[in-house]
Amino acid sequence: MSEYLEYWSAMLSDPLVQRALAVAIIVGGAAPVVGTYLVQRRLALLGDGIGHVALTGVALGWLIGAGMGLAPGALAIPGAVVAAVVGAVVIELVRSSGRTSGDLALALMFYGGIAGGAALIKVAGGTSATLVAYLFGSLSTLSRADVATGVILAGLILAIGLAGRWALFAAASDEDFAKASGLPTGFWNVVSAALAALTVTVAMRVVGLLLVSALMIVPVAITQLWARSFWRTMGWAALVGAVTGAAGLVASYWYGLPPGATIVVLAIALYALAAISRPVFERVRSSRR
Amino acid sequence: MTPLAQTVHLDVNLGGNRVLHDAALAVHAGEAVGLLGANGSGKSTLVKALLGLVPVASGEVRLFGKTPGRGVPWGRVAYVPQVSPAGSGVPTSALDVVRAGLLTGWRPWPPRGAKTRAAQALAAVGLEDQAKVSLAALSGGQRHRVLLARALVRQPDLLIMDEPLAGVDAASANQLVKALEEREGLTCLVVLHDLGPFERYLGRGIVLSQGEVVADGPLKKVLPTDHHHHHEPPRPVHSHTPELDVLP
Repeated sequence: MSEYLEYWSAMLSDPLVQRALAVAIIVGGAAPVVGTYLVQRRLALLGDGIGHVALTGVALGWLIGAGMGLAPGALAIPGAVVAAVVGAVVIELVRSSGRTSGDLALALMFYGGIAGGAALIKVAGGTSATLVAYLFGSLSTLSRADVATGVILAGLILAIGLAGRWALFAAASDEDFAKASGLPTGFWNVVSAALAALTVTVAMRVVGLLLVSALMIVPVAITQLWARSFWRTMGWAALVGAVTGAAGLVASYWYGLPPGATIVVLAIALYALAAISRPVFERVRSSRR
Repeated sequence: MTPLAQTVHLDVNLGGNRVLHDAALAVHAGEAVGLLGANGSGKSTLVKALLGLVPVASGEVRLFGKTPGRGVPWGRVAYVPQVSPAGSGVPTSALDVVRAGLLTGWRPWPPRGAKTRAAQALAAVGLEDQAKVSLAALSGGQRHRVLLARALVRQPDLLIMDEPLAGVDAASANQLVKALEEREGLTCLVVLHDLGPFERYLGRGIVLSQGEVVADGPLKKVLPTDHHHHHEPPRPVHSHTPELDVLP
């Protein structure tokens, strides 16, 4: 028993673990708030598309940084943020112009993002291996500044995502009705896309660009199995996201697994459990009525 | 007096096809007008064009004398779509859907007292017990009534409804029309291909055929004599409709 306690206290007193835990919990909690709007808009894959474009941003940042004589990778994250936001807004404009369907626009983003990143990183003097840290996350290299940036961005995402929740909800759940009510639906759609882009760049450090969208979507997939209202789905998804973020990180520390993948596998396992136990849950609920 | 809803020489093309041609209508304050015609006659497109939801190829569309996008007082307008994606993705309670009906313009949240008003609107369509139920668990007719409550909660001057009776049972249809009758002074434009209990509510009918207005007048006059067969779409009295031309 005391061995366990020692192990826990050793783990929790490690500043690196503290930082990783802080970011995993904050990002895990904020991402599903954005994810709920995306699922309602049937754009669950938008985060993945943005993640791919962010890879081009990483390489572009790397290239510009090299040109300016900065440390390698100094501009990678700012590059990712800019590319992600631009990519998200562009896909929203392409989608709403009606010339290209949403899923086709997404497909173009997937291919263009990865290809652009792989080509540009070579131009910048890096190798494809350079990109791997961004593709799969790098929680073990978090600095204090990274944590501060993560907290500020996650706070911004939560502030906008919650303050604008009714308009975001209205535009996401019935765009025609919202438009016919005089809501600036185009504006709110761009806001939700931009929120997704910010979430992608924050969550990129935790799980990597390839798994980034899972933090937004899987907790929503879990809670929508049993919640009955939009806001409860969102609230519980945030809680599930924060808890799986923390639990996945601890598990990865214990078993020496990659943290991003562990968090996502845990979340998916939780989904499977929730889906299997749903009929039982429904029966209990209806018998109580 | 300015009509609340008006189209002038309206042409709409969708996917390269002409869906509406030279469509003209005017709905004045206090009127209850049915927009009638067979499937594919352009009824839904006409109301969508009125609301600025589909692009206008030529002609004009006005709500309260204003073009959509240029100062329409949206707070006075309410729309009941034929189908709504609300509640089809993330679970959404009926109450949340109706509360969102109180939004308008740039204000990102509903006004004070929205929850109470939404609950009252649900009660007015006979769904007070279903307020907290997820939309996905409601029947088609109940869902339609939620959409009606979402429109009525806005206390609109102009209500535009697209096939409010599709998939609605007789009892629900009656309740729906009763809820409308209780709103005095409401101006109403309803797309229908089957009148049902709306027959007692509507004063005027506009008949569309193949994208053109072919009849416009008191409801009784634009309806064919055999209109009690509700499965038959109402046919216009004018004899020059393209549909009738192809009859043997």
